[in-house]
Amino acid sequence: MRIFLTLLLALAPLSAAEPILLRGAVVHPVSGPDIPEGAVLVRDGKIAEVGAHISVPKGARVIELKGLHIYPGMIDSATELGLSEIGAVREMNDISDLGLFKPQLRASAAVNPASEHIPVTRANGITSVITSPGGGIIAGQSVLMHLNGWTMEDMAVRAPVAIRMEYPHVQMPGRFGGGEAPGRVSAYTEAKKRYEQQVRELNDFMESARRYGQAKATPGPDFETDLRLEAMLPVLDGKLPLLIRAEKEKTIKEAIAFADKQKVHMILERGAEAWKVAAELKAHDIPVILPPTLRLPDEEDDPYDKPFSVPGELYKAGVKFAFASFGPGSEDNPRNLPYQAAAAVGFGLPVEEALKAVTLYPAQIWGVGGELGSIEKGKWADLIVTDGDPLETRTEIKQVFIKGQSVDLENKHHRLYEKYLTR
Amino acid sequence: MKRAALFLLALPLVAAGPTTVIRNATVITVTKGTFVGSVLIRDGKIVEAGEKVLVPDGARVIDATGKFVMPGIIDCHSHIAADSINEGAVAVSSMVGIEDVVNPDDPDIYRALAGGVTTANVLHGSANPIGGKCEVMKMRWGKDAAGLKFEGAMPGIKFALGENVKRSGSPGGGFGNSPGLRYPASRMGVEDVIREAFTEARAYQKEWRDYQAKVDRHEQAIPPRRDLKLEPLVEVLEGKRYVHAHCYRADEILMLLRVADDFGFKVRTLQHVLEGYKVAKEIAAHGAGASTFSDWWAYKAEAYDAIPYNAALMVRKGVLVSLNSDSAELMRHLNTEAAKAMKYGGLNETEALSLVTINPAKQLGIENRVGSIEPGKDADLAIFDKHPLSNYAKVDKVFIDGELYFDREKDLEERPGKEARKKALSDKLKQQEKKERKRPESPGEKKGDEPGGAQ
Repeated sequence: MRIFLTLLLALAPLSAAEPILLRGAVVHPVSGPDIPEGAVLVRDGKIAEVGAHISVPKGARVIELKGLHIYPGMIDSATELGLSEIGAVREMNDISDLGLFKPQLRASAAVNPASEHIPVTRANGITSVITSPGGGIIAGQSVLMHLNGWTMEDMAVRAPVAIRMEYPHVQMPGRFGGGEAPGRVSAYTEAKKRYEQQVRELNDFMESARRYGQAKATPGPDFETDLRLEAMLPVLDGKLPLLIRAEKEKTIKEAIAFADKQKVHMILERGAEAWKVAAELKAHDIPVILPPTLRLPDEEDDPYDKPFSVPGELYKAGVKFAFASFGPGSEDNPRNLPYQAAAAVGFGLPVEEALKAVTLYPAQIWGVGGELGSIEKGKWADLIVTDGDPLETRTEIKQVFIKGQSVDLENKHHRLYEKYLTR
Repeated sequence: MKRAALFLLALPLVAAGPTTVIRNATVITVTKGTFVGSVLIRDGKIVEAGEKVLVPDGARVIDATGKFVMPGIIDCHSHIAADSINEGAVAVSSMVGIEDVVNPDDPDIYRALAGGVTTANVLHGSANPIGGKCEVMKMRWGKDAAGLKFEGAMPGIKFALGENVKRSGSPGGGFGNSPGLRYPASRMGVEDVIREAFTEARAYQKEWRDYQAKVDRHEQAIPPRRDLKLEPLVEVLEGKRYVHAHCYRADEILMLLRVADDFGFKVRTLQHVLEGYKVAKEIAAHGAGASTFSDWWAYKAEAYDAIPYNAALMVRKGVLVSLNSDSAELMRHLNTEAAKAMKYGGLNETEALSLVTINPAKQLGIENRVGSIEPGKDADLAIFDKHPLSNYAKVDKVFIDGELYFDREKDLEERPGKEARKKALSDKLKQQEKKERKRPESPGEKKGDEPGGAQ
């Protein structure tokens, strides 16, 4: 008897690897039609089977989910999660560093896996995010990570997943710094000069990186490693995308021409005026990480609903895109990602597309379409169990699985709620 | 003469729009249940709301089959339509007020309207412990500054505690161009500034009372010199002006309530009040309302213990709660912000919608006029195409005082015309620039290198 017990105890740690069968729920694979009463079998962290009827494998834990729904976990394509704990406190921010060109900086080296934002975010069904560094022209390396793990090594899906940069543009000093017309002209001339200088520096930097790559291929006696240039090589080889932030039509066009000339794989970040360049984006097969849908129109005389209708317009133009929160450094909460998607639905985006743009499309855009983003055999078992449509605020997220592991939904907010409810 | 009188009588009718019936809608009254039926509007007021309403002859009928009518949304904390927000050079700026800087051309008014908002409390900023006076306004887009004012609403004043206030006492942290440092730099100093101000206000109040007593006794008396800073504070002491106090942490909330108790006035609303859930009992006991964000947190140190359960938890502890925007963007979807209080803390639909309708109306003392669909109230209504608590819902029409101020259909119709007018203007500008470029430059004048953007 005692031996038996010991044996059971010894086996306990292994139980995490036991197959899990989720059944009785409406399964929304996103990549294919819904299964009204379906099942998902999870083994070794991956999805082993999806279907209407799956027989219970030996030793599997069965979870009955009648009346509930299973969706793939959601992916937030632009965050500062783990790099910024409290936006206004300098000591709690590691988002940006000094200098204009710093592709060697790795977000994955500075993400705090114990950040309170992580459990708060995943409690609403977001299971992985892109965390990006900021500042300068080439900001550094973004990471695609799961929102569960003791260390970055547990969490990283792709580190790096892209190198992030902001395309130079004319930046005028603040509205109030302009002064009278003559002053404004000189301020503009100066800003324009600075922009032209930055474009030259950017092209020079790319050229240096290219030459460095050539030198490295056949290293002479005086070849020296340069970590900054080294970091650009996967981008020049087309193995790593360049995530380029550009807002205005002119800047987006310049960024496209730049990516073309440099023969790099471009992902457009934000692109507030991407709708003006939709045909070019489509022609170049450049996907867009959309700015928050819930924002004010960019121009005073834009239609009031312009930000709401842009995703639908891009969809009609055949441009691929994903939604993103750009939080939590500001008030934007990554947990509200699904609502950024929902806000576009009333204004022309089909609801299925909205859902895909927080699941399957981001996975495809980030080059992990075979691993994340839908409920398909062979993908990571990143699953959320809900009582309804996850794009609706009122829907409750009942369970979250990341890499097949049931994740604790407890978080700082709920803890404080419970504590003060009893006061 | 008779004609003139008739004309005068007819005037309010014209201003208030035609008699209107909204039919076949799901009517969410907020205070009197939800039903499928009609709302009758006459002379700018709601006359009737029920399952069966007779359509008067000649009334405009709006068929809202499948749609939802709710009371116009009320935002208890906004800064739209104001040309300036903060007078931060002094710690007590009660002499200034939003009324003097209202900009009726701010497009955020129209955008708020298109989000179903009909009334907003437009506040001074949070740069000082005692800030400027507020203005409650209706989103009457197209009217002038005076026309926006919510006539008869109780006057208010902004107070602020915590980090924003302290900032001007820290090197490099000041608001605007205020030179050097400004007291206070700590929460202790914040309390002191408020106590000092009300101590002065009491003395000032006494001067006037003594003067009035002398006048009443027909004695010779010289009136005290008017003090525009202290006058609004005396109004607070006399219950004639509401205090809307920006605050975050539990300690500072309690501090302000005790200061108010000591001086014998009430804090009408605690604004933001992100740690209100920690001292909900004390807030309820004082009788203060709480106007909070749905789920903002961690953007600054004093927001690190903010929780999305705040609104629901305070409701459960007996506090009168509203959700506000403090943002021209968030203001556009307060209806779905309300849905967050269902997700976090389990409020029901009516409780959730109350947070952006009748509760802020009560907090602003205008609940006899707005905040629910009831006969006799102002016809301030929003029609949504889906349930307003759904993220897929959008606003179809908005009425204020029975007048149609937003109509999505009309907005869409007008777009091509507006686009054409804009293009004509910019073409004209381009041509003019071309002409000027051809002319030889006068000495010292250089053209053609200016950014196209507005100043």
